[in-house]
Amino acid sequence: MTTTHSSVTRSSTTSRWERFRDSYLLYSFKRDLIAQFSLAVFILLVGCALLAPWLAPMNPYDLAQIDILASELPPFWVDGSDPTYLMGTDSQGRDLLSTILYGLRVSLIIGFGAVAMQASLGVCFGLLAGYLGGRVDAFLMRMADIQLSFSTLMVAIVVGALFKAIFGGATFSTYAVPLLVLIIGLAEWPQYARTVRASVLAEKGKEYVDAARVMGLSSRRIMFRHILPNTLSPIFVISTVQVANAIISEAALSFLGLGMPETQPSLGSLIKSGFDYIQSGSWWITLIPGLVLVVLVLVINLLGDWLRDVLNPRLYKG
Amino acid sequence: MTTATSSINAASAPQTATPLLSMRGLEKRFSLSGDFLEQLKFKGGKLVREQEHVHAINGVDLDIQRGEALCVVGESGCGKSTVARTVMGLLRPSAGEIHYDGERIDDRSTKALLPFRRRMQMIFQNPYASLNPRMTIQQTLEEPIRLHHPDWSPARVKDQVAEVMDSVGIAADWGPRYGHEFSGGQRQRIAIARALAVNPEFIVADEPISALDVSIQAQVLNLLMEAQQKRNLTYLFITHDLAVVEHFGTRVAVMYLGRVCEVAPTATLFATPRHPYTQALMSAIPRLEDDRPQHIRLEGEVPTPVRLPSGCVFHGRCPHANERCRREVPAMIATDEGGQVACHGVEEGRI
Amino acid sequence: MSLLEVNHLDVRFALRGGDVKALRDICFSLDRGERLGIVGESGAGKSVAAFSLLNLIAQPGYIAGGSIRFDGQELIGVSDRALRRIRGHRISMIFQDPMMTLNPVLTIGEQMVECLKAHRRIASRDARAISLRKLQQVQIPSPEARLDQYPHELSGGMRQRVIIAIALLLDPDIIIADEPTTALDVTIQAEIMALLLELCEEHNVGLVLITHDLGVVSQVTQRMLVMYAGRVIEQGPTREIINDLQHPYTQGLIKALPQMATPGERLNQIPGSMPSLNRLPSGCAFHPRCGFVTRADGSHRQACHDQVPGFVTSGNCQAACHMVAEMIERERLPAEEQDR
Repeated sequence: MTTTHSSVTRSSTTSRWERFRDSYLLYSFKRDLIAQFSLAVFILLVGCALLAPWLAPMNPYDLAQIDILASELPPFWVDGSDPTYLMGTDSQGRDLLSTILYGLRVSLIIGFGAVAMQASLGVCFGLLAGYLGGRVDAFLMRMADIQLSFSTLMVAIVVGALFKAIFGGATFSTYAVPLLVLIIGLAEWPQYARTVRASVLAEKGKEYVDAARVMGLSSRRIMFRHILPNTLSPIFVISTVQVANAIISEAALSFLGLGMPETQPSLGSLIKSGFDYIQSGSWWITLIPGLVLVVLVLVINLLGDWLRDVLNPRLYKG
Repeated sequence: MTTATSSINAASAPQTATPLLSMRGLEKRFSLSGDFLEQLKFKGGKLVREQEHVHAINGVDLDIQRGEALCVVGESGCGKSTVARTVMGLLRPSAGEIHYDGERIDDRSTKALLPFRRRMQMIFQNPYASLNPRMTIQQTLEEPIRLHHPDWSPARVKDQVAEVMDSVGIAADWGPRYGHEFSGGQRQRIAIARALAVNPEFIVADEPISALDVSIQAQVLNLLMEAQQKRNLTYLFITHDLAVVEHFGTRVAVMYLGRVCEVAPTATLFATPRHPYTQALMSAIPRLEDDRPQHIRLEGEVPTPVRLPSGCVFHGRCPHANERCRREVPAMIATDEGGQVACHGVEEGRI
Repeated sequence: MSLLEVNHLDVRFALRGGDVKALRDICFSLDRGERLGIVGESGAGKSVAAFSLLNLIAQPGYIAGGSIRFDGQELIGVSDRALRRIRGHRISMIFQDPMMTLNPVLTIGEQMVECLKAHRRIASRDARAISLRKLQQVQIPSPEARLDQYPHELSGGMRQRVIIAIALLLDPDIIIADEPTTALDVTIQAEIMALLLELCEEHNVGLVLITHDLGVVSQVTQRMLVMYAGRVIEQGPTREIINDLQHPYTQGLIKALPQMATPGERLNQIPGSMPSLNRLPSGCAFHPRCGFVTRADGSHRQACHDQVPGFVTSGNCQAACHMVAEMIERERLPAEEQDR
C-alpha cells in the first residue's frame, strides 16, 4: 500500500488557535475597519453594562440614593448642571449616566435572552421540519407563516397585554425580564425556523447525511450531531440581526408601557419616561438613552453584515 | 442461437446457494406532482386528482452471490443509483422485496435494520460531500464502531480505528484533522475506511471513482480490490464506466430506463454482448488502441422515465425493433454463454 | 508559420498568500486544420490554458508574460475590441456546460441570428438561413423546429450539438473545446466526438481539445500536450506518445487505465496526488510521485530534486524529464563512439 503525505505538508498538530489564526474570518476582520470599529464599540458597551454596579456613580435601584430635589438637572455641558450628575438626572432625580448603564444591562440581557429563546425554539422546529419533511414540515411551516403574517410586535403586544391582564401589573413588574424574554422569544422564532430549515434541506441532500443514515444512526443524532453543526454559520449570522431586533422590540414594548417598569428601567422605558418631559425642555432624558440605543443596535447590525459577508457570501446577500 | 426460455425467478442464480442479497420485482417511483393540493386539477369541468411519477426503477430482479462483485452499468437516468440507495434502505421501494441472507429487509424500521447495517455498508460518489465537514477523521471513523459496538472500551475502539486506517493506507496522524484538509483521493480513502470500520461483509459502492482523477482512480480501485481479497467482501458496484467494470466485476448487469436488460459474467459480456443496447454501449467506450472508432449509432436519446415506452423500453432506439418489441415486454431468458438477456430479438434468434 | 503560436505563456493568480503560478512557460503551436489535445488531471491548468488563449481569464488571474500569436497577430495586450473580433469569429469556444453559452430566455434561432449579426452585416432572413444550415450540419433531428425552441426544451446531447453549431456559425479557424463531453453519457459522447471530428476535417478547422480522457484524445487528435502542475511535460504526435511512452507521468497515467490491465489484476498506480500550485515541490514537480528518481542501479538522480527539467527531443516527441534526457544521452554516446 502506498501512502503519501505529499499534499498534506502542514504539521498534523495544528491547534484550534493556529487554525483560527490562519482562517479567513480573522483575515477579513483585519482588513475591515468598520468591523473593527463596531466590535470595539460593542465590547465597550457590553463591558460598561456588565460592570455597571462598579462603574455607575449611583445605584438607580436604591431609593436611598435618589434625591428627588435634584430632578431634571441637565448634563454637564448645559448651563445649570450639577457636576455630581455628569449626564444630568431624570424626572425622579436619578443620575442619568447610572440609569443608562443599568438600563443597557437590562436591554442586553433581554436581547440575548430572547434570542436564546428564539434560537432554541426555531432551531428545533427548523431541524424537525427540514429533516423529517412531509406533514411535520407542512404543519410547522404553516404555523410560522401564520405567525409571520402578523407583525412580530403585534404578537408581542397581544401576549404582553394578556399577561398583564391575567397576572396584574405588580406581578408583571416583578417578573418583567423573564416575561419579556419569553414574549419576544415566542414572537420571533419563525425567522430561525425558516433559516434553519433552508440550510437543513441543503445539507440533507449531501452524502455525509446519507452515510450517517447508512451507518444506522438515529434521526435525533443525525439532526443534532451531523446536520446542526453545519448550519451554525447562518444561525450565527441571523442571531446578530435578531439580537438587535430583540433589543428594539423590547424598547418599543417598554415605550408602549408593556415592558420594563420605571423602577428598573431599560433603555426603552428610560426613553419613554423622558418623553413626557421633552415639552418642558428636558430633552436629555430621552435623547441620551436614545442615542445609546441607536449606537448599540447599529454596531450589532454592522457586525452582523460583516459576518454575513464572510461566512456566507452567496446565501444571504441582497 | 439460444432460445432457451426460462422464468425470471429461476434465471438469476447460477449457483444453488442462497444469494447474499436478492431483489425481487423491485420498483421505485418518485412523485412529480407535489402534495395533495397541487395534484388537484380541473378537467372537463370536474376536479380530478392527477399524479405523475418518475419511474426510476421498474421491475428489477437481481441476485448477488457471496464473494462476487456485481457491477451495475448504465447511462444517467437508468436507475442504477436508485437501486443502490434502495438496497441500502435510503429509499423505500414502491413495490417488490429485498432479501439479505434470506431475511426480508425492505420493510424494516431504522431500529430493526440496525443489525444489518453492521453487515452492509456504502461508499458514495462525491468524496467532497461524503465527509461531515465539522468532524475530525478520528470522530468520523469512531462513530460507526461506537454505534455498533456500544460495549467496546475506548481503547478497543481506538485500536479498531487504527487498524482500519492502516488497511486503507491512511497515516495515523490524520486522525485529528478535518476532511477539507485532504484531496479527493485521500477523502475517498477515508470514506472507504468508514465503511470498513465495522467489518461489513457487503458493500454498495455508488460510482466511487467517477469524481476522481485517472491516477487516483487506479489507487482507489486497487484499494477496493485489495479489501475484497483480504476481507472477503461482496460488492454491488454502480458505475457508468465499462472499462472499470471489465477490470473489476465478476458479473455485470446492464440497466436501461429502470430495467435490467442483460446480466452476464464479465468476460462473457465483453466477449459476446447480446442485447443491442449492451452492444451499442460497448462500442462507445473510447479506447486507446484504435484511432478511428466505429461505434454503433443509436437513434434519438433516452426517453423520459415519466411516460415509459410500451413493450421493450429500448425499442425506440433499437435498430432491430419490430412490432412485438413495441407491444410486449421481454422476459429474461438464459443464453448459451451463461448470461441472461431480456430481448425478443435474441429469443427469436434474430440478433 | 503556424496559425496559432503560444510562447512562454505565464499565467498567475493574485491570491492573498501571494501570486500563484497557474501556468508556467507554456509553448505550443497549432497549424491550420490541426487537432491538438491538451490532457491533464484536475489542477494541471489545462482549462486555464484554454481560457488564457482568448484572454478570458477571470479575476484574480492575469497573464504575466509570454506571447500568443494568432495568424501573425499578437493577442496579448490587444484591446478588448480587437479581441472580440477574433473571439467567437475566428476562434470559438465550446464549454463543458452548454448552459454557460446558451441564454435560457432566448430561442436557439434568436441566439444564432444575434451571434451572426454581431459580427457581420447581414439580413435577419439570411442569418436564419445560415443558422438552419449549421443546425443541419450538426445532424440535429428536425432542425427547423429547433430554431424556435428554448434551450431547456432540448436534451443534453442536443444542446451540445447546438453549441457546436453556434461555434461553427462564423466559420472559425479554430475551435477550443473545454471538456465538451464530460457531462454526457458514453453513447452520446461517442456521437458528439465523431461529429466534432467529422466537421473539423470537412471544414479544415483547427481543434484544441481539452480533456482528462486519454481515450478521447487518442481517437480525435493528431498531436497532444500532457500537462502537470501548470507545465507542459510532454508533447508530440498523439499516436507516438501513446505507443512509445516517455515521461514517467504519461506512462503512469496510461498504465493506470483499467483497459490497459488484465482484468482482476492490480492496476498500475501513481502514488500520491497532484501538488497544489502554491506548494510545488522543488525541481521536477513530479519527482515526489515518480518511480524513476532512483536509477536502475540504485543511485539517486539528484537533478530531479534540484533542477526544473527542460525539454529533450526523442523522435517527434518532446519530454521534460531528467530520466528521459539521460537515456537519450546514453543512447547517443555509443553511436558517436562507433562513428569514430
